[in-house]
Amino acid sequence: MSNTKKPTIPHALFPWKPAQEAGKGPEKRFVVAYGPHWHDGTTISRRNYHMMIAALPAVLFGIGQYGAPAVGVIALSVGCAMIWEAIANLAGKKPFSIGDGSAAVTGLLLGMLLPASAPWWLVVIGTFLAVIVARQIFGGVGFNPLNPPLMALAILMLSFYGVFDFNESLRDYDLGFPMTYPLTDLKAFGTAAIGKFGIGDLIMGRQAGAIGSTFGLGLIAGGLYLMIRGYIRWEISLSFLAGIFVTAFLFKTFGDSAKYAGPLFHLFSGYTLIAAFFLVSEDSSSPVNFLPMIVFGAAAGLMTVLIRNIGAYVDGVPYSILILNLGNPLLDKIRPKAIGKVVQDA
Amino acid sequence: MMKRSFVGFTKPRLRYSTAPSPVKELPVPRQVTLLLPQAAGGNGSGTLKIGQAVKTGQRLSSGSDGETYVISSVTGTVSGLAPYVGNGGRRYTAITIAATGTDDWDDSFDKKAGLATALKFLGCLPGGPSFKVFDNPEKNVRTIVVCGMDQDLLLTANQYVVQHEGADIKVGIEALKKITGVDRFLLVVPEYLVQQATGTGAEVKTAGNEYPNGLPAMIMKNILGQVVLAGETPEDNGVTFFSAEAVAAVGAAFRTGRLPVTKTVTVVGKDGRVTNVRTKVGTAVGEVLQACQVSAEDGDRLILGGPMTGAATYSDALPVQLVTDGVVVQSGEASAQTTDYPCVNCGECVRICPVRIPVNMLVRFLEAGMYNDAAEMYDLDCCIECGLCAYVCVSRIPILHYIKLGKYERSLTQEAEAASE
Repeated sequence: MSNTKKPTIPHALFPWKPAQEAGKGPEKRFVVAYGPHWHDGTTISRRNYHMMIAALPAVLFGIGQYGAPAVGVIALSVGCAMIWEAIANLAGKKPFSIGDGSAAVTGLLLGMLLPASAPWWLVVIGTFLAVIVARQIFGGVGFNPLNPPLMALAILMLSFYGVFDFNESLRDYDLGFPMTYPLTDLKAFGTAAIGKFGIGDLIMGRQAGAIGSTFGLGLIAGGLYLMIRGYIRWEISLSFLAGIFVTAFLFKTFGDSAKYAGPLFHLFSGYTLIAAFFLVSEDSSSPVNFLPMIVFGAAAGLMTVLIRNIGAYVDGVPYSILILNLGNPLLDKIRPKAIGKVVQDA
Repeated sequence: MMKRSFVGFTKPRLRYSTAPSPVKELPVPRQVTLLLPQAAGGNGSGTLKIGQAVKTGQRLSSGSDGETYVISSVTGTVSGLAPYVGNGGRRYTAITIAATGTDDWDDSFDKKAGLATALKFLGCLPGGPSFKVFDNPEKNVRTIVVCGMDQDLLLTANQYVVQHEGADIKVGIEALKKITGVDRFLLVVPEYLVQQATGTGAEVKTAGNEYPNGLPAMIMKNILGQVVLAGETPEDNGVTFFSAEAVAAVGAAFRTGRLPVTKTVTVVGKDGRVTNVRTKVGTAVGEVLQACQVSAEDGDRLILGGPMTGAATYSDALPVQLVTDGVVVQSGEASAQTTDYPCVNCGECVRICPVRIPVNMLVRFLEAGMYNDAAEMYDLDCCIECGLCAYVCVSRIPILHYIKLGKYERSLTQEAEAASE
């Protein structure tokens, strides 16, 4: 520029900055970012720790019932799940993700689904199936199409049936109530055999079963906590329970009453409650839109009772939810039209 | 910052700030920097010369056609001309003017209430009114919405103007009626400003005090009952938006014959202290902060705009621009940190999205760089960029950033396609 006036010496980065300020030490280094600059403060780890807190009543009750073997199964399950996660991180050359608690939650939930008499190798295999096969090979947290603890449970139940025959595996325990698995009794002998299980007993955990899935009251308390805090989606949990209730009610009303148990029995026995509040509502394998959530939960409940009442298996929980997991991507296509969406004619 | 409440299944409610604090007039800065948009391919300075004397309110233009211009906010001499690249790659010529400290007013503004005058002088008023749409025969604007709401949380600059400068807004609306030929003026204000707003002669509407009700797309939907379709603008629907500050500036221009050159800015410090200031357009942000006794150190964020949609910038030497409604300083610890953790499909974003976008699916496509699929299947173009999804994201994915990137990348490919045809 041809100009007679002497221009000010421009600052290297900011030519419009006053010359006297330019030499005044280094620039302040601000963090450049896009909005939003606020966050509501939630983290993955907090979410998972709350999940574990909510599971504690049921776990502690199970430990109180079965003692040291239950502690062993739960501790081994949580520990192994985290170790498998760490091994997967190492193998995949990814940053360690065991601190976020998702492996620990998976391990805890799987432990809760096992009987106290589960051998150590079963726990090791189970956590491998849950963490590596069901989650890590799909890409890790958030990518699992199926519920990890349930997938592990389903494989274990098919492979090692004896361990999950609770009548057999828990026969050495005498806890002061009938030590037979209510669902097995129902399957084998019909409703005549389940008269000894009062609904109150079932809710208070006076029933044989897996470590963390018999104490109905504790599971309900944990589930209510998770629903109120928004850590699980209440739509799925409640519609699952409603699905079980309605289906069991219909069977009882219109079916053979010597064969089919009432809705309350189905709600408080087997894996129903732990499934409702900790398994069916697992984030990544369930839908997020309202209608799909309702359909997903209700259909899983329906399938559960169908399998229990007319299927080959004693408890339908793992299979019913896994089947619905497969339908999740399709179900979640049912969604409200986005505001402003332009619909093209086909 | 509002944390997640204990009862987590309800949506968080983010409320706009109300009750603007009084405005503090800042003294004339030693220099101002004005950002003159560069036309594509233009080489910048044109007729402007370093050393050139300018008056307050003088129209500074670079190109030969003189269509793009800035209004000098001080009296002094041009001391620097430099290219500057802003957000989204927009190119500007940064014009630095050393101020004398007193205002010698330029009198070329002729006070004729016509479109030509508006296009020539009123396009660079504080608040950034745009008259180009009225010059476009394809757009038929029948309604002007005067937005007395602020665009982001914490900010109160526009509310201040509605509260205290209703007379100017009234004059401004009269002038705009003559300039644009539009009859229908809606003044959208928060509930508590209805009384002040009724005197302006505009049809007064209230918007709920919850974010994002003040965003144009939400005003269109909630108050006008018109949905802006993906890829369209309010102008395509016959509506254009002016900020209350811009309308008051138009009013002040016609009332005094001088073009307003001061901008109302809400300044928020790290401790949450809020100050409203009025400063010359082009004042360095650092000087505004200094005047408000707000400190900003290494590792802090210096946010131009508000906490939800503002952009944290890299230097406090950047100037206050026509649309800089707020300057928020946020300490490093207080600011939202993003992660590269994957989406866990918790659905918080889907529940909070005001336009019902399946954000959980959208973000997967955006992360994979599949922007066209994101737009065709998962409603990328419907997004109104309120930032609520990223605010509630458990995985702390920078969702809004991904969305803006996706839109930008698509605009580049669309431009390239248009150029090749």
